[in-house]
Amino acid sequence: MSNKIKKATSHTVQNEGLLFEESHAGRIGYSLPTLDVPAQSDLIDKKFLRDDDLEGMPELSEVDVIRHFTRLSTWNYGVDTGMYPLGSCTMKYNPRLNEQMARLEGIASLHPLTPDALAQGALEIVRHLEEALSKITGLPAVSLQPAAGAQGEFTGIAMIRACLTDRGNPRKKVLIPDSAHGTNPASAFICGYTVETVPSTEDGLTDIEALRSAMNEDVAAFMLTNPNTLGKFEENIQEICRILHDGGGFVYMDGANLNALVGVTKPGDFGIDVMHMNLHKTFSTPHGGGGPGAGPVAVTSELAPYLPFPRIQQSQNGSLSWNDDCPKSIGRVRAYHGNYGVLVRALSYILTHGDSGLREATETAVLNANYIAHHLKATYEIAYPGALMHEVIFSDKHQLPYGVKNVDIAKRLIDYGFYPPTMSFPLIVHGALMVEPTETESRKELDLFIDAMKSIHEEAVENAELLKTAPHTTKVGRLDEVTAARKPVLRWKPSNKADSAGSNM
Amino acid sequence: MRYIPNSPEERESMLKSLALTDINDLFQRIPENLRLNDAIGIGQPMSEPDLIAHFRHLASQNAADFQSFLGAGAYSHFIPVIIDSLISRSEFFTAYTPYQPELSQGTLQYIFEFQTMVCQLTGMEVANASLYDASTGVAEAVLMAQRVTRRNKIIIAGSVHPQYREVVKTYTRNLDTVVEILPFTEAGTVDLNALKIDKETAAVVIQSPNFFGCIEDLASLADAAHQSGALLVACFSEAQSLGALKSPGACGADIVVGEGQSFGIPLSYGGPYCGLFATLDKYIRQMPGRLVGETKDDKGNRGYVLTLSTREQHIRREKATSNICTNQGLFALMATIYLATTGRKGVQEVARQNLQKAHYAASAIGQLPGYSIKFSAPFFNEFVVQTPRPAKDILKNLIDRKIVGGLALDTYYPEMTNSMLVCVTETTRRPAIDQLVDSLASEAEIQQPVLENPE
Repeated sequence: MSNKIKKATSHTVQNEGLLFEESHAGRIGYSLPTLDVPAQSDLIDKKFLRDDDLEGMPELSEVDVIRHFTRLSTWNYGVDTGMYPLGSCTMKYNPRLNEQMARLEGIASLHPLTPDALAQGALEIVRHLEEALSKITGLPAVSLQPAAGAQGEFTGIAMIRACLTDRGNPRKKVLIPDSAHGTNPASAFICGYTVETVPSTEDGLTDIEALRSAMNEDVAAFMLTNPNTLGKFEENIQEICRILHDGGGFVYMDGANLNALVGVTKPGDFGIDVMHMNLHKTFSTPHGGGGPGAGPVAVTSELAPYLPFPRIQQSQNGSLSWNDDCPKSIGRVRAYHGNYGVLVRALSYILTHGDSGLREATETAVLNANYIAHHLKATYEIAYPGALMHEVIFSDKHQLPYGVKNVDIAKRLIDYGFYPPTMSFPLIVHGALMVEPTETESRKELDLFIDAMKSIHEEAVENAELLKTAPHTTKVGRLDEVTAARKPVLRWKPSNKADSAGSNM
Repeated sequence: MRYIPNSPEERESMLKSLALTDINDLFQRIPENLRLNDAIGIGQPMSEPDLIAHFRHLASQNAADFQSFLGAGAYSHFIPVIIDSLISRSEFFTAYTPYQPELSQGTLQYIFEFQTMVCQLTGMEVANASLYDASTGVAEAVLMAQRVTRRNKIIIAGSVHPQYREVVKTYTRNLDTVVEILPFTEAGTVDLNALKIDKETAAVVIQSPNFFGCIEDLASLADAAHQSGALLVACFSEAQSLGALKSPGACGADIVVGEGQSFGIPLSYGGPYCGLFATLDKYIRQMPGRLVGETKDDKGNRGYVLTLSTREQHIRREKATSNICTNQGLFALMATIYLATTGRKGVQEVARQNLQKAHYAASAIGQLPGYSIKFSAPFFNEFVVQTPRPAKDILKNLIDRKIVGGLALDTYYPEMTNSMLVCVTETTRRPAIDQLVDSLASEAEIQQPVLENPE
């Protein structure tokens, strides 16, 4: 281990097999009350009944289960473990208060089909969050239905298509910048559009002239992330909106990076028509190893009739109810009322911050990103220099001469006690390391990260092999992903038991 | 703001190190006319005690303490307390999608275990790492069936959850998909004689137990679909039924989609839930969503990684199998812990209690004057009650007794004015069932001006 590492690293290693390997016939981990009605036999024809006795399902005691999952948790890294600088994924502190609010009796145990008169508290939470998001985005109407950011994208583009169809022609294609997140083209595609790429300039902004020449009567929308995935504010946003609107198209704003704007500016003022938000990012709801998220959409009044149903409505006496009767709506995008538990956490976050806290969070996130960029720009190439918002993209250009790639830098960061930055996009940056510190990292933590990155550069110069074989401190080393994809093993089977049980540790 | 660690002095010194004097200098690239001068209008920050009081007040306006017989796709089940305790370990819940496997073995291993148990329960060969919920899962299954068969017609049973059918309609509205509804009979299950599968049919979509709680004959439907080269998409909203009923895989289903909420996930007014999705090995590359695979590290240790990502949006963009980026990691964990805790015996015991209690309730209600059990097909833990007066009126009166007696079916089936869907689970104790029966009995006695009802 290098003596340069100043941060506590604690990747606990415990041995633990799969649930199925820990199972012992006859162990019980639950207790139910005894059946309190007279049991009847032959309630269902045998041909409909299971006959496999659930072979293979585990049998464990409660203690077995607690130890199993507690040990698994020690192989994981979360925001509470340390800095998680995943650019555009925005991993900030998850307040425990929000968790408590979502778990309150009366909130967690409410059935989604409870009559509206008996769910006024739940409806008020939805109404209040819609209103807050409308104020934050500057757009008049909001739907909280979409279950995740990507579903919000689908919802938004489907609404644009429905509106264009009402105007007489749904059009054929959606323009997307080359820096975009991969869900954007995929979402446009399932709305029946083809996708055309618009290049970025050397400054990392949309190439306005290229956009102008791509715009024609076949274009339904331009799908723009702002601030974009290069960390830049699209300062020509008003001109971009004019180009699209003059040509009869719409502007969809991917709001994945809304956390860089809250309280400082309102997307609705830019001239955009529709946007989605990732509540789990901007308003800090835990991502739990891959979800849940929530991807509400906000729209102009022109697009409001196309929002998914049900819509919330308030009667004159103040009572709230769901309205399914929305003739122009694109339809229902998810059963019931969206990811309500996530919505509760987001509203809790917004109310705890208030106006001053929301603005301070944005300012601090942007300050922290610029601080890291400033202190590392001599060591790592910044892909698109210039004014930055909430994230900075480095590349491995200065380390490549030593045979060190972005993945090696990322893996070595693990030994320094940090989760690695995003590397999978933007696709236009070769060897990208996208760093987003967020507002909940202290100056001390940022300095440790900066020191670690500088040390890793020195190690690249002196001993590249140390990086290429990193990480050295985790339960497992670099994993063979090629074999995993070529010969997929996607489930445990009893026949594997002999082979795999011995290979763990 | 207490979640922001830097003090005002630290902030000043950081600004100074960037050669800036004012925090607003960081936002110079935002055109001046777009910069906000006023507050957003959210208000003052709420203190922790005030916020708790606010949400407690809102929670008190919801009828959580009513005895509820609502099911219809979301179910009240016993949730072992260790689930919340374990998912509250912050290494689980504050982690991101496991892009760096060395630091994410906890998440990756439980997803592998989740995939395995979904396969065991559904009788399928491969399962993904979860989808948003069953409704979007059914829509994804429909899109997948079209990719697999290169056909565009979908036959979907009228006894599939109406909201799932609505989501399918939304997902396919801009594609060349043709959606046909398969009617159901007086028995409460689909009309096999009305099934017209042709060479354009990509899939038959069926739910069992269906929206009315009735068990469909999946095996016959699978045979009919396969004879014409179509797939059988079998869905379920009540995952506990898998503890008792023959698995969809054993019946010949090609794609199985389900709602995992019943496995330890709170009702939470409809979400977040956990979409289960499983299929056959030969369709892996057409399957939406994330997959975890087993492999070895450079020292030969067993480990897990996200795999087969060449199907996914971050690599294939508009050619991807779906736009899904996130799954329901934390909720897949809840289901995994639930299934580990209840285990092989518990899953069967929960199913047995649901079956017995629901049949006890149905038999008591069916004997009341004026009431009957509408459908004759076998059912699991939900059933449709034919009521002597409009079900909406009866349910409204039950509210005065703090009972939510079920779902009035004319919400989704306008012709079923005098029908309500009643659900009984292992959490419904016998006195509550008896109270419902008594209350319904007294409702039958209320003399109302008799209007002929066509139903």
